[in-house]
Amino acid sequence: MMDATFSHAVVWLSLTQNDEHPDVIHTQIYWLLGVVLGLLVIAYVAGRLMKRYPDHSLNPAMIEQFNHRIRVWWLMGAIFVAGFLMGRATTIILFGCISFWALREFITMTPTRRGDHRTLFWVFFFFTPLQYVLISFSRDTYAQWFGDSSRDFYGVYSIVIPVYALLFIPMRIAFSDDPKRFLERSAKIQSGLFICVYCLSYAPALLNLSLRTSAGEPWGDPDSHLPNAGLLFYFILIVQFGDVLQYLWSRLAGRRVIAPKINASRTWEGLLGGVTSTTVVGALLWWATPFQFWQAACMSMVVAIMGFGGSMVMSAIKRDRGVADYGTLVQGHHGVLDRIDSLCFAAPVFYHLTRYFFSQVY
Amino acid sequence: MAVTVSFLASLAKLLSGSTVRWIDCQPDTCQRIYFANHTSHLDALVLWASLPRELQPLTRPVAAKDYWDRGPIRRHLAKSFNVMLIDRTKVKVHQSPVEMMIREMSDRYSLIVFPEGGRSSGEEVGEFKSGLYYLGKKRPDLELVPVYMENLNRVLPRGEVLPVPLLSCISIGAPIWLEAGESKSDFLLRARDAVCRLREL
Repeated sequence: MMDATFSHAVVWLSLTQNDEHPDVIHTQIYWLLGVVLGLLVIAYVAGRLMKRYPDHSLNPAMIEQFNHRIRVWWLMGAIFVAGFLMGRATTIILFGCISFWALREFITMTPTRRGDHRTLFWVFFFFTPLQYVLISFSRDTYAQWFGDSSRDFYGVYSIVIPVYALLFIPMRIAFSDDPKRFLERSAKIQSGLFICVYCLSYAPALLNLSLRTSAGEPWGDPDSHLPNAGLLFYFILIVQFGDVLQYLWSRLAGRRVIAPKINASRTWEGLLGGVTSTTVVGALLWWATPFQFWQAACMSMVVAIMGFGGSMVMSAIKRDRGVADYGTLVQGHHGVLDRIDSLCFAAPVFYHLTRYFFSQVY
Repeated sequence: MAVTVSFLASLAKLLSGSTVRWIDCQPDTCQRIYFANHTSHLDALVLWASLPRELQPLTRPVAAKDYWDRGPIRRHLAKSFNVMLIDRTKVKVHQSPVEMMIREMSDRYSLIVFPEGGRSSGEEVGEFKSGLYYLGKKRPDLELVPVYMENLNRVLPRGEVLPVPLLSCISIGAPIWLEAGESKSDFLLRARDAVCRLREL
């Protein structure tokens, strides 16, 4: 059994590394990358100019924040492009590392007790890697094992955390003989694993889909070594747009704060304006996706709403714990969780909508 | 041996995700006693690894001989990190641990000590043993530097072998000295306060 697993792993590795067409990445990706690069350059120059010629109507702290955000985007962009160029395995490992780090921040912030130690060990070193290993098994691997090339391990990776890990966590804590705040401790670890690992892992899982347009035409170049990278990139881009546009709308037109005790800067105007403008931007980029114009608009709207909800949830958790930012939790660390909260909440919905409406049904 | 040291130091830093904050204190080659709260086996290793590279060979953790001299692995570890092993069991008048520490550190080494005497559960900093007071009294030139190690008890608590990679923080505060005429209990309380205060900063 072990031997079989091992040889399959070797087969899988050789499949992923055997790039017979290393130069064919979807042409749309290049266009999308070009657009993003252009926007980043513009934003970078604007940030520099604002810093050099301070306008008295603008808050210097805000400009600094803006410039910081741009720097983070450059970094994110560079990391993702490197991941895409290196291929499927690298991209998935990259997302795995982000999950791991986010979970680390999440658990550091939530107080656990001595009795949770071994449960946490399982969560970090068993369930987190397992989820990404399952996602990394492509349809080719599935075909190697079971002779059916139309599936991947969706049936396993979609339930292993929300069912089995969520049952395992309270079980293992119960064995540790510490009943104090039992339910609370279980829930904290469960939500950490669920949000940081399970939800985020749906983003790289997009790479496993065999995409179709709504007319049933196959989408994407099947010879490319990462046929769906463009869609994954589109998704991340829309989430980032959603974040920044709602921020801008809240700043410019924000009047009614949604939940002042949870987040004083998120307003109904920001939500409405952000979602609307993200929908427009997402629709205008429809050519990079298997969606038609109106479909891309709907997808972007859902992504923007979910992303907003995710940020609200994370704000609520932070207020409950009395920290301002995950980044300030431990000095010198930039909060990964601050950057990916909206991504985590939007990923499962985007994945499932794409899966049911825009991929080969299986 | 050097490989063991750098490998273990990087591993400990990676696992504990540690950040170092120097608060009103800068790294220096002058002779110092770093005294810290003790909650985990990783404490000495992480603190040592967090020091600038040029200070590492000059800084020696102090540990109990009866614990670290048992078995080849512990002995090897103690030797690789140049640990100063102190015999707690055979305390004589001219062989007291403080005398030995002062003799061994001569005019060259700095020390890392844990004045609580053993690892605590991590919620509260325990009472300090008197060794720190005598060190300060016999060598008034030493800088006594308080260190607070946060979250390491969650990374590797007492009695566990497998670590959980949470993020931790090491705060190194402003040095204190024994004041003229300060009593032993007053000084030890003040030293303990100096460590606890770093938690709030």
